[in-house]
Amino acid sequence: MLEGLLATVLDLELLRTYGWRLVSGLWITVQVVAMSCSMGFVLAYPLARARMSRRMVLAWPALAYVTFFRGTPLLCQLYIVYYGAGEIRPLLSEWNVWWFFRDSFYCCLFAFTLNTAAYQAEILRGAILSVPRGQVEAARALGLSPWRVLRHVVGPQALLIALRPLGNELISIVKASALAAIVTLLDLMGQTRFIFARTFDFTIYLYAALIYLAITEAISRLWGWMERGLARHLVPSADTKPPARRFGLAGRGRRAGALPRRA
Amino acid sequence: MPAFELLFGADGWAPLLVKGALVTVALSLATVPLGFGGGLVLALLKLSRSRVVRGACAAYTTFFRGIPDLLSLFIVYFGLQALLNWASNHMGGGWRLEMNAFVAGVIALSVVVAAYSSEVWVSSLQAVPRGQPEAAMSLGLHRGQVFRLVVLPQLGRVALPGLGNIWTILVKDTSLISTLAVTDLLRAASEASRATTRPLLFYTAAAGVYLAFSVASTIGQAALERRANRGYEDHGSRARGVA
Repeated sequence: MLEGLLATVLDLELLRTYGWRLVSGLWITVQVVAMSCSMGFVLAYPLARARMSRRMVLAWPALAYVTFFRGTPLLCQLYIVYYGAGEIRPLLSEWNVWWFFRDSFYCCLFAFTLNTAAYQAEILRGAILSVPRGQVEAARALGLSPWRVLRHVVGPQALLIALRPLGNELISIVKASALAAIVTLLDLMGQTRFIFARTFDFTIYLYAALIYLAITEAISRLWGWMERGLARHLVPSADTKPPARRFGLAGRGRRAGALPRRA
Repeated sequence: MPAFELLFGADGWAPLLVKGALVTVALSLATVPLGFGGGLVLALLKLSRSRVVRGACAAYTTFFRGIPDLLSLFIVYFGLQALLNWASNHMGGGWRLEMNAFVAGVIALSVVVAAYSSEVWVSSLQAVPRGQPEAAMSLGLHRGQVFRLVVLPQLGRVALPGLGNIWTILVKDTSLISTLAVTDLLRAASEASRATTRPLLFYTAAAGVYLAFSVASTIGQAALERRANRGYEDHGSRARGVA
């Protein structure tokens, strides 16, 4: 009975034969996305700092890096890594890294990590810059070490501001990870193309779409939930009108000619 | 062979790359009216009073924003072809409808861009004060005139930063069309690197051209925004943020 009901909306025969392929493809996609996003985050912080540095030797290369990775298509970057590595194979073998660039999984991981690092660096930079400069100065004046300033003053505030754009970046990496299929990786998209090549059944693309949609919707819901929990005091909700200024009322108070009040 | 010779020599590949780059530009430009226009229509429908219409538009946007662009392109591309096959089988008369890959690519990109841009249009439609259409209506303009004469001219300024973002995404997304059968910049680079076994050179060259496009877009966008914002007190788009 349940099966009959399901069969009206799903092609059970197709899923029975090829369902495991979708599942294994999904697992590859999850691995690529999770690993490249977290490694990208680790790279993004020093990159953001370099980008904000007053020293040209740091700021310029960081700007060039970010501009390149944000200004060219990810597919092109992936081709440079995947096909370009083949061209310099002797060199890579000499360095004992050929095993890495031979594998399309690692190539995707490499390209996606470098790409998302550039985007995440810009997100972090914007978030760090949005923490008022005076707070850092005050914290330094109180004798906090640079690490403690980051850990206790700038970090918590910047991460909250970065939360939503980082979630959006995660979603766009999930979507971009489908490009891995073009360099022969059998991720969710790759398996879908494989099944389509076998069956010429167009509905398989719709199943894949539903799986991707479920992932991105889940991330978006999860992020909404986190934001409501963590950033309640920042996000203007329906019942706080007019929307409160982000950090205290100093700006508004001064313009009105009044002393800043405590919120 | 030295890189310069391979690109600009007598049998160099630069002309093919240039041709591909022009195809990339043409794809992007051809997508703009359909994609951004479709997005505006979608946005107007999203503000409709009918719950069914609103729901359908929200579903469309959620679907195409939630799945990989590559998958959207495949679905639209193969879907269109299946539709055309079906149509020509049922029309009879023995003629077949064939679709140019370029046109199919433009349609597929437009479907995605419409979904992305509708959100931008919605927020810029909402930025027009409610009183203005009401005032125009009370002056006797009918709904079409209100939209065309009062609302539409004000949309561009507010939508510009968001649409600029989508434009840069669009230029990069045209590279996905290379996986279908259109010889755009990236596919030209693929052909050149297969023939010469110098992928590193040609893909880097292609990346350089894409980079030039996006830098030019950024400059052009800044100029457009300055122009659109003349006469407004806060220059630039800082206060409005980018959708």
